[in-house]
Amino acid sequence: MLTPEEVGHIAGLARLGLSPEEIQTFGKQLSAILDYAHTLARLDTEQVAPTATVLALENVLAPDRAEPSLSQEDALANSPQVQDGQFRVTAIME
Amino acid sequence: MSDYETVIGIETHAQLCTASKMFCRCQVPASAVGGGDSQQPSPPNSLVCPVCLGMPGALPVANRQAVEQVLIAALALNCRIPERSWFDRKNYHYPDLPKGYQISQSQSPLGRNGWIDIQVDATIKRIAISDVHLEEDTGKLTHVGGSSLIDFNRSGVPLMEIVTAPDMSSVDEVREYALELRRLLRYLGLCSGNMEQGAMRFEANVSIRPQGSSTLGARVEIKNLNSFRALLRSVEYEIERQQRALQQGLPIDRETRGWDEEKGVTYVQRSKETAEDYRYFPEPDLPVLEIDTVWVERLRQQMAELPQQRRTRFASQYGLSPYEIALLTEDRDTAEYFEAAANAGRELDISPKVAANWITGDLFGLLNAAHRDIGDVRIPPRQLVELLALLAENAINIPTAKHVLRVMFETGQAPKEIVVAEGLGQIADRDRLASLADSVLDAHPDIVAQYKGGKQTVLRFLVGQVMKATQGRADPQLASQLLEEKLRSA
Repeated sequence: MLTPEEVGHIAGLARLGLSPEEIQTFGKQLSAILDYAHTLARLDTEQVAPTATVLALENVLAPDRAEPSLSQEDALANSPQVQDGQFRVTAIME
Repeated sequence: MSDYETVIGIETHAQLCTASKMFCRCQVPASAVGGGDSQQPSPPNSLVCPVCLGMPGALPVANRQAVEQVLIAALALNCRIPERSWFDRKNYHYPDLPKGYQISQSQSPLGRNGWIDIQVDATIKRIAISDVHLEEDTGKLTHVGGSSLIDFNRSGVPLMEIVTAPDMSSVDEVREYALELRRLLRYLGLCSGNMEQGAMRFEANVSIRPQGSSTLGARVEIKNLNSFRALLRSVEYEIERQQRALQQGLPIDRETRGWDEEKGVTYVQRSKETAEDYRYFPEPDLPVLEIDTVWVERLRQQMAELPQQRRTRFASQYGLSPYEIALLTEDRDTAEYFEAAANAGRELDISPKVAANWITGDLFGLLNAAHRDIGDVRIPPRQLVELLALLAENAINIPTAKHVLRVMFETGQAPKEIVVAEGLGQIADRDRLASLADSVLDAHPDIVAQYKGGKQTVLRFLVGQVMKATQGRADPQLASQLLEEKLRSA
């Protein structure tokens, strides 16, 4: 079972603000999902090499040739706020 | 000062020399390539596509050139190349990162356990390279009032990250490391090394400990160092700050600091209380790289000569001094200019040493004064040597040669043309100089008397008069010899 602190930390990494009630609710659900995934830990993988991907492909590489991009207008078409040809968002303070 | 030992490691981000981005075929923006001032910067968000904008469903395909450039760097840095390598997602949220993760490499960098030798004063020191990997750049944020504006043209531009072990112990070593790394990458044509355009950026890890202590002090990471100057000044500042803290019995926290260029200080950027959790995992959209020996050997064959190899060769092949070698191998263009001159010199009987003197002396002087690089010089190496040949066969004297070189530099004309056009040929005609010598002696009976009285140094004055009469074109040695003969026989 995840602690409320762990759930809060994970929510923070995902930029989600959760109320204490939501931490309770989602904490239970998330723990259940982790427990289920943990079923896999019962398998003996001693003889299995670690796998980064299950794609049966390798070395899929493109030649370094530049091709046309989207127009600026198309690139910005989905943006709720635009200024000077750029995406505008609320200021980020570090 | 010497009560403490300093331990420094450097992370370098170098932008690769590719035409297109890392995972899509959008063009790399000109300002990011280091193409010089002739190129206009592209309008914001005009070199973007669904992949580098992080649109759902868009699939990345890795750039072969970028992968091979990092493999070449890894080989040049004496790294071990893995048989399998893959990309990982580094997850974090920031507006300049449209996917919510950066594609990078964490578990299987393209190079590991390498080294580079640097020279500080007369000592060679080996700096271990722990990791060379490939990743993508982010977009560019500009803060305006209460808003941030985002230009994604840089999003997805290929970057190589080179990480050293904490092997450096002084600012001097940091400087030599950064310079040697830049030289290496430029020699190999992997990175423009153009600092103004952000082609190389650094992070420094600095810790200090009392002399003799074996435990490392808390590691302070200085981020976003965009110039050599910022790198060196911030490391210097940080060493002093930490020493002061230890002397005063204050704790040094493990933290990330920024560098304030104007104030010349580092400042706490982010406390490590919520140590960043990037949740790396293998990038499922990109197949693994299988790197076999055939591929690696082909790249090794393609590799240009490294600065260190060139320095060694210059010493044995041309017999130059370490100082001349350092000047001539600083960048590949200079080294190649010199070699072309040395080759042409073989035919025209001009020694490499003489060519080296003129390149590092007069030619560098002209380049510095004009703020130009040797790559833009209008004097082909062969013509430089032709000029030196004119000098060697006494067709012109040294002051004339310097003048002709300046004209060649400005106009790109051949040396012989200039000598003929300006009538600069040295006067080595015996009869003509003899008659000049006679008139000089006639005009200065007092000096002649002094000479006969034993004051032989006045000969120099008389030679000067002959030079003056010929606007500096007389062969000074011949003039001196003729004057002396006449004075003795008179």
